[in-house]
Amino acid sequence: MRKLMTGDEAIARGAYEAGVSYASAYPGTPSTEILENLSTYPEIYAEWAPNEKVALESAIGASIAGLRSMMSMKHVGMNVAADPMFTWAYMGVNAGNVIITADEPGMFSSQNEQDNRNYAKSAKLAMLEPSDSQECIDMVKAAYDLSEQYDTPFIIRMTTRVCHSKSIVELSDRKDAAPKEWEKNPAKYVCLPAMARKMKVNLIERMRKLAEYSETSPFNRAEMGSTKIGVIASGICYYYAKEVFGEEASYLKLGFTNPLPAGLIKDFCSKVEKVYILEENDPYIEEFVRQQGIDCIGKDLFPLTGELTPDVIRACVTGSPVKTIEFDRSKLIGRAPTFCAGCPHRGLFYRLGKRKDIMISGDIGCYTLAAGKPYQAMDSTVCMGASISIGHGAQRAFNAQGVSRRVVTVLGDSTFFHTGINSLINTVYNKSNTVNIILDNRITGMTGHQDNPGTGYTAKGEETTLIRIEDLVRAIGVKHVYVINPNNLKEVDDTLDKCLALDEPSVIITRWPCALKKFSKEDKEEFDSLFVTKNKVDPDKCIGCRLCLKAGCPAMQYVKEDKKVIINRSQCVGCDVCTQVCPKGAIGKED
Amino acid sequence: MTKSILLVGVGGQGTILASKILTNGLMEAGYDVKMSEIHGMSQRGGSVSSQVRYGDKVMSPVIEKGKADIIVSFEKMEALRALDYLKEDGTLVVNNVEIPSMSVITGDEEYPSDVLEEIEKHVKAIVVDATALAAGIGNEKAANIILLGTIIKSMGLESIDWDSILEANIKPKFLELNKKALRVGMDAVA
Repeated sequence: MRKLMTGDEAIARGAYEAGVSYASAYPGTPSTEILENLSTYPEIYAEWAPNEKVALESAIGASIAGLRSMMSMKHVGMNVAADPMFTWAYMGVNAGNVIITADEPGMFSSQNEQDNRNYAKSAKLAMLEPSDSQECIDMVKAAYDLSEQYDTPFIIRMTTRVCHSKSIVELSDRKDAAPKEWEKNPAKYVCLPAMARKMKVNLIERMRKLAEYSETSPFNRAEMGSTKIGVIASGICYYYAKEVFGEEASYLKLGFTNPLPAGLIKDFCSKVEKVYILEENDPYIEEFVRQQGIDCIGKDLFPLTGELTPDVIRACVTGSPVKTIEFDRSKLIGRAPTFCAGCPHRGLFYRLGKRKDIMISGDIGCYTLAAGKPYQAMDSTVCMGASISIGHGAQRAFNAQGVSRRVVTVLGDSTFFHTGINSLINTVYNKSNTVNIILDNRITGMTGHQDNPGTGYTAKGEETTLIRIEDLVRAIGVKHVYVINPNNLKEVDDTLDKCLALDEPSVIITRWPCALKKFSKEDKEEFDSLFVTKNKVDPDKCIGCRLCLKAGCPAMQYVKEDKKVIINRSQCVGCDVCTQVCPKGAIGKED
Repeated sequence: MTKSILLVGVGGQGTILASKILTNGLMEAGYDVKMSEIHGMSQRGGSVSSQVRYGDKVMSPVIEKGKADIIVSFEKMEALRALDYLKEDGTLVVNNVEIPSMSVITGDEEYPSDVLEEIEKHVKAIVVDATALAAGIGNEKAANIILLGTIIKSMGLESIDWDSILEANIKPKFLELNKKALRVGMDAVA
C-alpha cells in the first residue's frame, strides 16, 4: 500500500515493521510526532518520559531485557541523554536499539542549531541519515538488524525537513522480532573500570568492522552522471543537490555516515573534476574527506548556519542571489507568534513585566514568548529546566554584591518535571531566596499537547497516578507554596508581593489549563466555568485608551474609525484578563 | 517537469488540511508528490506555510525563491511576504482578508491600507473573497477549501476525482459543504 507520510510518521512505521516493542521519548519539535505515532500501534508499548536521559535509559533497559527498543528526541535532548548514551555505546545491545535525533538547521523552533552527527562520532555509535520518508522506513528496519548483528546501538539523524516533509512510501507488514534471552552478564552490562577497559577495546574493533560495512552499505552509493562536478551529500541535502545540478553532476549519496566509507569516497573523488560537499551545519563529511588528503569545496563556499535549500546552493555556486520579484518591503509588518486568546500565561506575564528591579530567569516553552512585546518579561533563557538554577546563581551573585535586585524564575509544568525539579532541590539545599513560578497549564503545551507526569494520563491515554506539583515542592522542603489562578490579576500581584518579601525560597504554581487543551474530566471538575463565556466591550464606556491591548490578546482590536476597542467573538474564550486591565470598567461578560 | 505550489497564511486558517487534500489528490492521480511544512509555532498566530511539489519525480520538498508556479495566500500580508517565492509569470491568489498581528494590535505597527495595491503593482493577482464566499454557503471555515478550489482550477487539475478525495479526508457532517466550497473556489478563477 502506498501512502504519503512525514518522516516522523515513517520512522514510527519503520519501527512497527521492524518488530519494535518498546519506545520512549520526551516531546520536542521536530521529533514529537515519532512517539505520538508509535503510540498508535497496539503492538508497541510507548511512553513519555520526564526527560531524554530517562527515556534513553528505559529504552536501554528494554533492549537488555530482550525487546527491540526506540528512543526519540530533538537535537538538544541528546545533550540530556548523552550521559547514558556514551556508556551504552561501550556495552552494546541485547535486542536492537535505535536512537533518533531530530536536528534543526535553521532553528525554526529551537534555541540552538547543534549538529548531532558529532555525537555519533564522539560516542562511537553507528549512524544513518535518511533523505526522505521511504528511507526513514528502510533505514529503521536495517538499523535493527545491523544493531543486533554488530552489537551496537544506532543513531538515526533526522533534520526538520526530513521530519516534517511528506513523501510517498510503500508499507509492508510487521515482522515480529523474537525476544532475546536475558542472562546475567556483568562483563557486558556493568561498566566498572575493569570491564569498561575491555569494552573500549571491543568498541574500537566494532567501529573498524562497521567502517568495512560502510564501504558496501546499500545506503552509500555513487550515481554517476557528468563528471565535471561530483557532489557528496547526506540527508535532505542529497535532494537539494539533485534539484540544483540534475544530470550535470555525479553524486555520492551517503546514508550510512558513521563510520564514513573512506574507500568509496576516494574512488568517487578520483572520477570527478571537482568535489562539492553539501551538508547542513558542521563540516562533518568535509573534515573526513580532507583527512583523506582530498581537496574539496565545502564550508569555504557554503554557509555554516541555516538550511542549505536549493536557492542557497544555487546562490553560492553561481555567486549571485536568486532573482525575485522586487517590492516595497517597508509595507511588511511582522507576525511573530503570540500567546493565544485565553492563554493562562497572559495574566501572569502582564503583571510580572511591570515589576521594577527584578531579573526574570525563563525557560523553554510557549512562555518564552513573554520575552517579546508587549510583556518583555524574560531576561534569560538557556535550556530545559535551567530557569531555577540560573536564577539561583544570579540571586546569589546579586546578594553577594549587595544589590537588592530579586530574581524570579519561570518555567512550565512539563519543564519542571523534565529537569527543573533538580534545580529546585539545589535552590532549597543551598538556602536561596528566589521566587519560583511554575506555570501549570495541565499539559505539555508548546509541542502540541502531550501528557506528562502531572496530567494523570499516559502516552497511550491510560489513567495513571497524577503527580501534584505542590506536593512535590513541599516534599523538597519549600515552605512557601501558593497555588493561584493566573487569570486573577489581584491574586497574581498579592502573591508576588508576599513572595518577593521573603528571605526564603518560594514557589508559586499558576494553575489554569491551556486554552487549546482537550479538557480531561478532572479539568472539568477542578476548573469552574472553563472557557465557556465571552467578554465584550461596552462602547459607551470605552474611551479608546487602548490600555487593554497592552495585555497582548489576539482577540482584541482597536477600530480607528470608532476610536473603540472590539473583541473578536470567535476568538474570545472569556478569561477576563482584559476586564481587569480596563480602567473604565468597560469590559464585561456577554449577557 | 516538477510544479510548485505554495500555500501561506496565519496559524489556524486551515492551510494544513487544504494541502493534505491537495497532496492526496495528486498522489492518487499518479504523480510523485512531496510536501513540506513548518508548523512548530503555528498554533500561536505566527505565519505558516505549506509547500507542495509534484511531477514525474520530485527531488526537493522545498520550493526555491522565485520558483513557485502558484502562491495561494489565505491572508493579504502573508501574500506580500511570500512574493519572493513567486515565479515572474506565476499565479498569485489572495484571500481578501486582513488579520492583524500582535504588533498591530498593540499599536507598535500599523497594518498598511494598500497591501493589495502594492502586490498588484508587481503581479496580476486573483483576489478572492473566500471568507465571505464561505459564509455565503453556510460556514466561514470552508474558506480553506474554496482556496484549494482556486489552486485546482489554476493548475489545470480538474480531472482528478476530488469528491472522493474529500470523502476520504473530511467528516461526513461537513462533506457536502466542502464539495460545494471546492466548486465555488474553482468558479472564482476565470
